[in-house]
Amino acid sequence: MTQLPGLLDTEAIRKDFPILDRVLHDGKKLVYLDNAATSQTPRQVIDVLDEYYEQHNANVHRGVHVLAEEATALYEGARDKVAAFINAPSRDEVIFTKNASESLNLVANMLGWADEPYRVDHDTEIVITEMEHHSNIVPWQLLSQRTGAKLKWFGLTDDGRLDLSNIDEVITEKTKIVSFVLVSNILGTLNPVEAIVRRAQEVGALVLIDASQAAPHMPLDVQALQADFVAFTGHKMCGPTGIGVLWGRQELLEDLPPFLGGGEMIETVSMHSSTYAPAPHKFEAGTPPIAQAVGLGAAIDYLSSIGMDKILAHEHAITEYAVKKLTQVPDLRIIGPSTAEDRGAAISFTLGDIHPHDVGQVLDEQGIAVRVGHHCARPVCLRYGIPATTRASFYLYSTPAEVDALVEGLEHVRNFFG
Amino acid sequence: MYQDVILDHYKNPHGRGLRDGDAEVHHVNPTCGDEITLRVKYDGTTISDVSYEGQGCSISQASASVLNELLVGKELADAQKIQETFLELMQSKGKLEPDDAMEEVLEDAVAFAGVSKYPARVKCALLSWMAWKDATAQALGAADAERKTA
Repeated sequence: MTQLPGLLDTEAIRKDFPILDRVLHDGKKLVYLDNAATSQTPRQVIDVLDEYYEQHNANVHRGVHVLAEEATALYEGARDKVAAFINAPSRDEVIFTKNASESLNLVANMLGWADEPYRVDHDTEIVITEMEHHSNIVPWQLLSQRTGAKLKWFGLTDDGRLDLSNIDEVITEKTKIVSFVLVSNILGTLNPVEAIVRRAQEVGALVLIDASQAAPHMPLDVQALQADFVAFTGHKMCGPTGIGVLWGRQELLEDLPPFLGGGEMIETVSMHSSTYAPAPHKFEAGTPPIAQAVGLGAAIDYLSSIGMDKILAHEHAITEYAVKKLTQVPDLRIIGPSTAEDRGAAISFTLGDIHPHDVGQVLDEQGIAVRVGHHCARPVCLRYGIPATTRASFYLYSTPAEVDALVEGLEHVRNFFG
Repeated sequence: MYQDVILDHYKNPHGRGLRDGDAEVHHVNPTCGDEITLRVKYDGTTISDVSYEGQGCSISQASASVLNELLVGKELADAQKIQETFLELMQSKGKLEPDDAMEEVLEDAVAFAGVSKYPARVKCALLSWMAWKDATAQALGAADAERKTA
């Protein structure tokens, strides 16, 4: 077995993930390389979800009975865990949403309805990048169309990095918000936060960072990032689906208006008007995803018990190995950075003229799960003149043997369609 | 799923390339980015040509090649029957075992029976057939309009 420096004890870790024992298509062992789409769930999280429903299920912040108090304590306890995980100065800065998309849309709508100085309107500009997931493009297109604000973006270099050469023209005195991805879901690129944040701060623009592909894979410190908002989702970091996070600076959350109205987010309500609860509850209308938040808390406990720095080192070793092995496959072109430096563990590629759907299907027949298509980042495919890519993405339980299986699988694909 | 017939059509497509036509359509499959531009040429109600250009997976490309092989030279009514039979097969979710009658109608296209088990790929197989149906409606609609004004 291939030994690489920095690898985790995957033999032990894989025992925590029952699904990784699945056998598919007449005896093919599952090789799960679609972690950028969603990660698998460890027994420790599944147990907490079971226990929640078997022992504590109730609505939160309402009843005075035992179950309601337990459910509330578990839900709010999960908020504490998230706050500690991202080094938030205050637990009240952690808003639970249903996913990263909702977190990003929430910020767009806060700014669309805000008063000065935050308000995005026709004389202002919004800045994103060409490597964003659709969830960090479309909310800003909507806001731009509804307010008349101008939407601008950073382009990409040929090797899959942000082109910041014109940063002073892209981010200007008119810019109200700069929203960009920390680690690209399609290219794997780790973006240079500091340069963008510094320029945004110079012109007084707010900064929103989409950390969906970063929070699961590396230590995340919202204070070190110096952003104003950070969004991510639970299901890519060993948690359940249906739970996302928006972190925002406290004074902003106090100043900005709510978006969704309903129960939970109010202070008092009359038939004419209402006053709102303080953040984070101001932004959590209705019954929240309670079990899912508790599950995310358990996922954070799980990841923290292993150590985010160790997970980062493991994935870096796997990525380095995968990049080396993949570049040896004839006709394979990596779309994105071609080394393991400043990149995450999602690697997109094309294989000659073979369409990614065919690549994915033949890999699936061998038990290998990858993502194919445009990965909800179609502008990236347009930029590089390709209809789609095949993407292999790794996580803390991925092994060098799985990289080898992928490379063998790709040889099989080439022979099949060659 | 990848029958030899499908791979043969993928590697050696029939009638590929755009030629003169009465109507042209462009169809895309947004889930995977398959695209086809397709033209139909009619001689009365006889299909004299179906020409196409596109990009996409082997299933979508092979399906367009099979369509060309099956439909060119056919009467519209016969072609419609083939199209409807193919649609029925592709929507069968893998539960339909093509019988002799179906094989006689579909010829090489029965090779796609296995594709119907994969919901994500059914649209790939149907892309050119939906484009043909659309182009035919436009071409013959235009011809109807010409007759009416003549």
